[in-house]
Amino acid sequence: MTHLEKLEQQSIYIIREAFNKFEPLGLLWSVGKDSSALLWLVRKAFFGHVPFPVIHIDTSYKIPEMIEYRDRLMREWNLNLIVGQNQEVLARGETYPNGSASRVRCCSLLKTEALNQVIHQHRFSGLIVGIRRDEEGTRSKERYFSPRDKSSEWNFKNQPPEFWDQFNTDFAPGTHVRVHPLLHWTEVNVWEYIHHEKIPVVSLYFANKGRRYRSLGCAPCSATVASEAKTVPEIIDELRKTKQSERSTRAQDQESEDAFERLRQSGYM
Amino acid sequence: MEQRSVESLLVEIQTTKQSMPSGDSPVRVVIVGHVDHGKSTFVGRLLWETGSLPTGKQEQIQTACQRRGVKFEWAFLMDAFQSERDQNITIDVAQTWLHTATREYVIIDAPGHREFLKNMVTGAASADAALLLIAANEGVREQTRQHGYLLSLLGVRQLVVLVNKMDLVGYDRAVFSHIESECSAFLKKAGIEPQVFIPIVAADGVNLAGPSGETPWYQGPSVVAAMDGFECLKAPSALPLRIPIQDVYRFDHRRILVGRVESGQVSVGDKLVFWPGGKEASVETIEAWSAPKKSGARTGETVGLTLKEQIFVERGQVATPEGMPPDVTHKFKARLFWLGKEPLVRNRSYKLKVTTQEVSCQVLSVDRVIDADSLGEVAGVRDSVGHNEVAEVTIHTRTPIAIDPYSENAATGRLVLADGTMLAGGGIAYKVLDAPSLKAGKGPAAERLTLQQRHHRFGHKSVVVWLAGEPAEISRIAQRLECILFARGMAVFLLDESNLTGVLTSMAPDLETLPPSRTSWNVAAAISETVLLLAQAGLVTLVAWPLPESVAASMRALAEQKNVGFLSVLLSSPGDTPAGDRVDSPEVAADQGSPSAYDLRLDIGEQAADAAALTEIVDKLTLGFQLPPPADYVI
Ligand SMILES: Nc1nc2c(ncn2[C@@H]2O[C@H](COP(=O)(O)OP(=O)(O)OP(=O)(O)O)[C@@H](O)[C@H]2O)c(=O)[nH]1
Ligand SMILES: [Mg+2]
Repeated sequence: MTHLEKLEQQSIYIIREAFNKFEPLGLLWSVGKDSSALLWLVRKAFFGHVPFPVIHIDTSYKIPEMIEYRDRLMREWNLNLIVGQNQEVLARGETYPNGSASRVRCCSLLKTEALNQVIHQHRFSGLIVGIRRDEEGTRSKERYFSPRDKSSEWNFKNQPPEFWDQFNTDFAPGTHVRVHPLLHWTEVNVWEYIHHEKIPVVSLYFANKGRRYRSLGCAPCSATVASEAKTVPEIIDELRKTKQSERSTRAQDQESEDAFERLRQSGYM
Repeated sequence: MEQRSVESLLVEIQTTKQSMPSGDSPVRVVIVGHVDHGKSTFVGRLLWETGSLPTGKQEQIQTACQRRGVKFEWAFLMDAFQSERDQNITIDVAQTWLHTATREYVIIDAPGHREFLKNMVTGAASADAALLLIAANEGVREQTRQHGYLLSLLGVRQLVVLVNKMDLVGYDRAVFSHIESECSAFLKKAGIEPQVFIPIVAADGVNLAGPSGETPWYQGPSVVAAMDGFECLKAPSALPLRIPIQDVYRFDHRRILVGRVESGQVSVGDKLVFWPGGKEASVETIEAWSAPKKSGARTGETVGLTLKEQIFVERGQVATPEGMPPDVTHKFKARLFWLGKEPLVRNRSYKLKVTTQEVSCQVLSVDRVIDADSLGEVAGVRDSVGHNEVAEVTIHTRTPIAIDPYSENAATGRLVLADGTMLAGGGIAYKVLDAPSLKAGKGPAAERLTLQQRHHRFGHKSVVVWLAGEPAEISRIAQRLECILFARGMAVFLLDESNLTGVLTSMAPDLETLPPSRTSWNVAAAISETVLLLAQAGLVTLVAWPLPESVAASMRALAEQKNVGFLSVLLSSPGDTPAGDRVDSPEVAADQGSPSAYDLRLDIGEQAADAAALTEIVDKLTLGFQLPPPADYVI
C-alpha cells in the first residue's frame, strides 16, 4: 500500500468504529478542504452513502462561495444537512468586528456555543471532526476518540489511554465523543488525496490575482496568502516548499499564547 | 557550545524536500525515558536542526519563555499546554512531523513522569522505533527501565539510546561507558538490543545532526544518521488470513460484512470460516465505492465482503481460511501492563477487547508480578495488579473468543482491558489454555456445557432435596413431591429404593447391599455420588433414603461448591421413634440424627399433615432457590 492508501484505510476503520458505537452520530462539515475530504472518506466507508447527518455551523460571516459550494454538495451527495447558528448572539450583535466581542469571544459564541446547541438539541453522542495533529500544539496531543463532558469541556490533562486501534467507546450519559479520523494526516496529505480522488473543493483555495486562502474560516478572521497556485498539484508543490504554518492566517489564534488552548478546552473543534 | 547557524541548515533542507520520495510512509519514532531527562528539548532542537520549524515559531517560543522569565526552552515547541510550560513537564504525548536529508519522520514525544504512563503507552504503541533518553548526570532511573520494558511488550524492537546532558558531566567518556553497560544489561533482560549508544547535548544540538568537537572520543553515527537506519514495520506477509468483522451493513440490497484484513490476504471465491462458531461461506464480491473493481485485498486493507451463502455473521467474529483456524477458548495467559488508577483485581469483571471482539472477563489468577527495576519477580502471592505494574495473569472470558498466541499473530494476539468505561490495561496472549485443538482439524469447537447453560435451558437452578425418615413413608411423600414439581414444569427426578437398589447392585456387586434401613457408609457414599451426578445434569434431584449425617454434610458441601442448591428434610409420623434410632447399622447409628442437620423437620401421617408438609417443602424450594412460582397446583 502507498502511504496515502494507508492513511485512507486507517480513517475508514475509525469512521466505521464510530458508526458502530455511537448513535446518534453526526459529522461536522466546515465546508473546508479537510472536512470535505472527510466526507469523501465517509462515502467510501459506507459504499457511497452518508448514513448520518452532516452539521454546518453557520456563523453568518462565512464567505458566500462557501455557502454556494455547501448547497451544491448537499444536493449532489444527497446529504442530510443540519445548519447550526447562534441566532441569539447574532441578534444581540455580540460579535467581531462590528459588535462588542473580541475575536476569541466571537469564535466561542458563534461556533462553540452554536455547536453545543446543536449537540443538545439532537442529543449527539458522537461527532466526527476533521482536525489534524499537524495543525497546532493542542491538536498534536489529541486522541482519535476524545471524550467531552456535558458542557463539551475537554479534560486534556487527563485523557484516557488509546492504543492498538482500541478506542474508548463507553461514556457516561450526557457526554459525547469527538471522533478525529484525520488526526494522522498532514495538510499536504489532504491535498494529495483531494488530487488523487478528484474531490471538489471551494474555489477560494485557488490563487486569484496572486492570492489564495490556505485555511477557510470567517471572512473577518481569515486572511489570504500570496500564491500563484491555480491547481491542486500547484498547491501541493507550494506547500512542500513553504515555511509558513497553516493557521498563521487565522487571526483568532494569535490573540494571546493560550487563546487557542482556551477555545479548544471549552469545546471548539 | 556554539549553535549551528540556521542558514547553513536551510540549504540542506531545500534540496531535501524536492528529493523526498512520495508514497513512502514516514517512520514513526517515539522518544521515551525518565522524567526531565530532556526528551522534549531533544525533539524541539531536532526540529530546528533539521529545518522543520515553520517561520516565526522560534520567536513565539522566545516570547513564551520571556513572559515566564526563564531561559529559552526548546521543550516548549512540544509542550503546548500552558500547564506543561508553566511546570516544565510533559503531560500528554505529542506528535510532530520532521524531515531529514533522506526521508520523513513522525516524532512522538512521550511524557516521562510515571503518572502519565498511560500517555506514554498511547504514543509508543504505534511506533516503528524508539529513542531512549538517559540524562548523563542522573543515569538509569525508574522510568528508564519501565519504558524500556514496555517497549518490548508493545513490540517496539528498533532502539537507539541517547545519553543526554553530557555537558553536565564534562563530556566524560567514563560516565557514558558506565551508563552504556548498565543499560545494555538491563535491556538485554527485556529482550531488546539497542543498535547504538550516542552521547548528546540536546539543548545545544551536540551529535544530533553531525559530529561534534565536544566528544572526540565518540566515533559513531549522529542521531539523524542512526534514525535513518530505522525501518518502517512491515506487515508480516506469510501469516494466515484474519479478518475480524467490524460491522454488517445493508446498502442497496446487499448485505456487506466490513472489517480490516489484519493478516494474510483474501480473494473473491475464497472459502471463509467464521470463529467462534465455525460457520462457512465463500466470498461472492469485494465491494468498493469510487474505486476499481476489486478481486482481492491484502493486509491492512479495510474490506466489504458479500457472501455466496447467507449465514449469520456478527461483529467480533473472525474470518479465517479453511484449515487455518485461530484458537477458540475462554481461558488464556496474558502478559499485561495495567494503567488504571484502581488495581486490576482477581475475580472482578472487566471488559476484554481482542480486535473487534468484546466480552466480559475475570482474572482467575495473578501468576507473576514483574518488578520494573530488576525485571525479577515481585515476591509473595498477589490478588491484584497495581497502577502501572506489569504482570502475568490467567484470564477467563464469559463467552469464548477467537484468539491467536501473540507469537503466532501479533494483531490477533493482543488484548486490552477496560475497567468501567475507560481502557485501563493492555497486553499480549502468550499462552492459550483449554482450547480444543482446532488447528489440527476443522469443525466447530467441542465445548463442555456449563451448569449455567443447563440452568438457563431448564429455567431453574438444580437442587438436591434429601428426605430422611422411615423409608416407606418418605418414598410416599417423595413421589408426590416429584409429581408436583414436574407439573410445575421442572426437570425433576426421584431416587429411592425402587430405582437405587438396582443401580447400586449392578455398579458394585461386591457392596453389601442392604435395605435402606441398614445403609452402610460405603453405600451412602455411592448414593451421594449418584445424587450429585444428576444434580449436575441440571435436575432437581430428590433422594428418599436415610443417610448418615457425615455423608449428608459432605454431600451438602459438595453440592454448594458446584453451585447446586441443597435442602434436607426430616419427616416423622406420630408414634415414630426418632429417626436416628431407626437406622440400626452400626457405622451409621453413631452420627445420625442430630436435629440441626435438617433444614426442615415436618410431621406426616394423615392426609392433612402430608399436604401441609408438601406445601412447606415446595414453599421452601420456591423461596430459597428461586424455583418457578406455583402456577396452579393442588396437593
Ligand atoms: N544542561 C542541559 N540541560 C538540558 C539538556 N537537555 C534538556 N535539558 C534541560 O532539562 C530540563 C528538562 O527537559 P525536558 O526536555 O522538558 O525533559 P523531558 O524529558 O521532556 O521531561 P518530561 O517530558 O516531563 O518527562 C529542561 O530544563 C531542559 O532545558 C542538555 O542537554 N543539557
Ligand atoms: Mg517532555
